Amino acid sequence: MRTSKVARISAYTARHLYLYKRSLPRLMEVFYWPILDLVVWGFVSIYLSRQKGSLPDFITFFLGALILWDILFRSQQGISVSFLEDVWSRNLLNIFVSPLSPAEYITSLLFLSIIKLLLTSAVMVTLAWLLYSFNIFTLGFALIPLVVNLIVMGWSIGIITTAIIMRYGQEAEVLAWGIALLFQPVSAVFYPVEVLPGWVQSIALFVPSAHVFEGMREVVAGGGGVPVSNIIWAASLNCVYITVSIIFFRWNFKAVKRKGLLAKVGE
Amino acid sequence: MAEPEEIRLPKLPVIRCTTSGKRQTPQRSIQSLNRLSEGMDAIVEVRGLTKLFNGFRAVEDISFDCRKGEILGLIGPNGAGKTTTLQMLLGLTTPTSGVIRIFGLDMDAKRQEILSRVNFSSSYISLPFSLTVRENLMVFARLYGVAAPKKRIEELLAIFEIGALKNTPVRRLSSGQITRVCLCKALLNAPEVLFLDEPTASLDPDIADKTRKLLKKIKDEQSISILYTSHNMKEMEEMCDRVIFMDKGRVIETGTPEEIKRKYGGADLEDVFLMLARS
Repeated sequence: MRTSKVARISAYTARHLYLYKRSLPRLMEVFYWPILDLVVWGFVSIYLSRQKGSLPDFITFFLGALILWDILFRSQQGISVSFLEDVWSRNLLNIFVSPLSPAEYITSLLFLSIIKLLLTSAVMVTLAWLLYSFNIFTLGFALIPLVVNLIVMGWSIGIITTAIIMRYGQEAEVLAWGIALLFQPVSAVFYPVEVLPGWVQSIALFVPSAHVFEGMREVVAGGGGVPVSNIIWAASLNCVYITVSIIFFRWNFKAVKRKGLLAKVGE
Repeated sequence: MAEPEEIRLPKLPVIRCTTSGKRQTPQRSIQSLNRLSEGMDAIVEVRGLTKLFNGFRAVEDISFDCRKGEILGLIGPNGAGKTTTLQMLLGLTTPTSGVIRIFGLDMDAKRQEILSRVNFSSSYISLPFSLTVRENLMVFARLYGVAAPKKRIEELLAIFEIGALKNTPVRRLSSGQITRVCLCKALLNAPEVLFLDEPTASLDPDIADKTRKLLKKIKDEQSISILYTSHNMKEMEEMCDRVIFMDKGRVIETGTPEEIKRKYGGADLEDVFLMLARS
């Protein structure tokens, strides 16, 4: 009784899709926080844009940044929270004694993250357009590489978070919600990198999302075009990030098996 | 359901893990493995298995076989090393040293292939709570590549008398019902080897008895091998063709329940357990 990689990956992906079909709280998690963020920050943006001396295109700057940041955050959560679902339901051992390999497991989580992301983004983009007449597609073709870079960075953080939770157990599960936020200040989501202190700017240089948000602001300010330099920087850094995260996961998985922690991760 | 194929153990070099992470070929282990395998339907072979956790010897140099169509019980007091042994056999924990071969395949090198032909159930694990019984079983049927999964699921649910619960979310089931769903999951792929960790621990006596009889029936009809752990000595006596008694990470006795009872003069396996555990 043998099964293909694709069949195993789709089976594990289906496990999570069933969950979203059955669980209202889980479904709300995909929509609730993003919508709440959008409503609150949308009104803040409108208020600030009405003040004298405010930035031009304030709503575009702010809501664009908010939606893009949520893409990074959700792609990270799509991996680490999906892993936690199996920890919470004491199902992890069933998965790891099945023929699903660790690489296939991670691939399933990447697919899941894309599915969740598409759902969340569709709702946010639609609401932003309905409530604030903000159309994120005014960013043009530049939007595609910017979004792809944010997704890959989210995956890297998600894979590393998952590896850490696997190693240190449920005590570390707070990282699933907190670790992406560590990158927010240096990502310069809502302000340009130049407002950061010099030494923080040096750090931001090595954070892919900082280049993405700089690129977004360049597009908004310039009224279109593709911020090639920012995209190349972000993509190059992301190649390093995703490679490091996969190496870390593999190394950590071996360590977890050596220490006999896989069976204890849900305790 | 296809009959398991006759297993012939190839005399291939086996890789051995060491504490340093380097690998070496244990000539003596391989020779004894090949010698013991000849003329014997050993499905699971363990030689010189050791597991150290920060210097603590959880399992120390144990060797045993589980033959085709045999129920082999692992018994021993808490901390004896049964669970660690089971985890190593399932590829969840890496041995410090020793050889594990299942179907003649090295666990370290052929983990995925082995796992597609075995299965596992324990009272201490569960299934996603929000999914219905059928959804859960469908996921695992697809993971294991079960042909005609719907039919297979219906069959198993009927066997375990939980067909009426197929559309019920797992969160609404009692622990005994969850255990039975987990056993359905463990039999989905018609495993050739089944690892059962205290499978009846949360079942009432009636269902526990039915489950034991059912497992024995499945074992007899399909010639599957079962590695079984339980603290219920009556159950071990009833279920197991042979038992391995472990204590402090070592195998201290092996034999049929009758042989062991005779050797120690115990009225039942529980008597022997108390004698060995307190000696």
